[in-house]
Amino acid sequence: MAAESQGAASEDFAERQARNRRLSTLIVFLFICLFLLIGSAVDYLYFDAFTPSALKLPVATLTAFTMATLISLMSYYQGSALVLGSVGAEALDLKLPEHRELRNIVTEMALASGSPMPKIYVVFDPAPNAFATGRDEFHSAICVTTGLLALCSREETQGVIAHEVAHIRNNDILLMTLVSVLLGGIALLSDWASRSFYSSRTRDRAVGKSALLVVPAFLLILLSPLISRLLAMAVSRQREYLADATGVEFTRNPLGLAKALEKLRDAAMPFQGASRGTAHLFFVNPLRRRVDDREGHLADLLSTHPPIARRIMLLYQMTGAGR
Amino acid sequence: MEWVVLGLLLAVMAWIIWTYNLFVSLRHRIQAAWKQIDVQLKRRHDLIPNLVESVKGYMKYEQETLTKVMEARSRAVSSAGVKASAEAENVLTQTLGRIFALMENYPELKANENVLRLQEELTTTENQIAFARQYYNDLVMRFNMRQEVFPASLVAGFFNFKPSEFFNVAEAEKVTPRVDLKFGA
Repeated sequence: MAAESQGAASEDFAERQARNRRLSTLIVFLFICLFLLIGSAVDYLYFDAFTPSALKLPVATLTAFTMATLISLMSYYQGSALVLGSVGAEALDLKLPEHRELRNIVTEMALASGSPMPKIYVVFDPAPNAFATGRDEFHSAICVTTGLLALCSREETQGVIAHEVAHIRNNDILLMTLVSVLLGGIALLSDWASRSFYSSRTRDRAVGKSALLVVPAFLLILLSPLISRLLAMAVSRQREYLADATGVEFTRNPLGLAKALEKLRDAAMPFQGASRGTAHLFFVNPLRRRVDDREGHLADLLSTHPPIARRIMLLYQMTGAGR
Repeated sequence: MEWVVLGLLLAVMAWIIWTYNLFVSLRHRIQAAWKQIDVQLKRRHDLIPNLVESVKGYMKYEQETLTKVMEARSRAVSSAGVKASAEAENVLTQTLGRIFALMENYPELKANENVLRLQEELTTTENQIAFARQYYNDLVMRFNMRQEVFPASLVAGFFNFKPSEFFNVAEAEKVTPRVDLKFGA
């Protein structure tokens, strides 16, 4: 029985990878569109575009487009390096027994999933957590905090690593890394835009415009944080459940992952190195938001991480399924 | 009318080529997966004498089990072919598991860094064998299933593709779950 579902599942990987690539393209497209909109809003508010006194070229729009393209390219090729750098990841030190064990566990999971060996990094932080990043299974990395290595047994670490390798195998990492870098970009931009919008000089000028155009421009600047949340939603809770299930297909041991989740829930420690832009990458939410523990449609929309209790429950159900 | 027939013929040709290539790539991946198992088995064969050597001094009352492991090892080294080596390796896995269980009775071993290191190496090798075998068997199952399903079975028959052998797990091993072999963890 178990073997049959295995065979079917290995065919699914190509489909999941294709879907993630499509979603990634869409997100980059939306990101560039958002920059274009903001650029033209700035053109309108600051450089009097669409009026006779305007500059010849829509300078801000062009700058925004170039910036968006550059950021997109950079987040594709350098995204994992940026993410790893932002959390302070370091390469393994194979003289340490825990690091050797980690490397061995990752090797095991790479073998079980039939994917190439990812690069491995550690973050020296007591908060137990882990994440995977990269652009495809040939350019992937797994990063683990030293807190996780200290807290979890070999079996539990294996469950966590299997979950991360599942993200790699499903090619969630491309989408999640793009969202991280682009989300960071949008957060920066919205801060900058709102600050300059509130300066008195602009408001005096804006009074002269028709209210019809000021309102959408103002809304756009107000809404950018919300748009960044929408992007995070693309990395939905469903993806985490799927990675749990795929990870169990690799280890054939739901208990390992379940026990790891229990320990991480009880440890309840926020991870300092994570930010709004990278939080969704992690195995459990490093920011500890209360919405993560709730269920229902609204929570599903607002949260990138499923409630740990539900993940554990689903894993225990898998053990009952008689593997 | 001719165009329709020609188009159909081309479509059939394209499908045959696609199916043939799928079989070839699956066969290559099966061979690659088998090599992965082989690499790990060799590593295990190399590690076992080291482990036996370093625990021999401590485990004075288990000489018989230690000899059994060495015997199982030499039998596994000399066996050839998927089926024969699978059987020999399964025996080796079981005797090795017994040694790991017995090691729990010797607290001094937990203090020996060399033994701990060897044990982690053997543990990961054991796991890697298990996972590589799992992956190998998944591939073999897909390969064999594809060959039986109509109409791909016609292509398989024409180009003389043969079903691959599973790396079988002994009945005794199926009952025992994959254990976490590390001390105290």
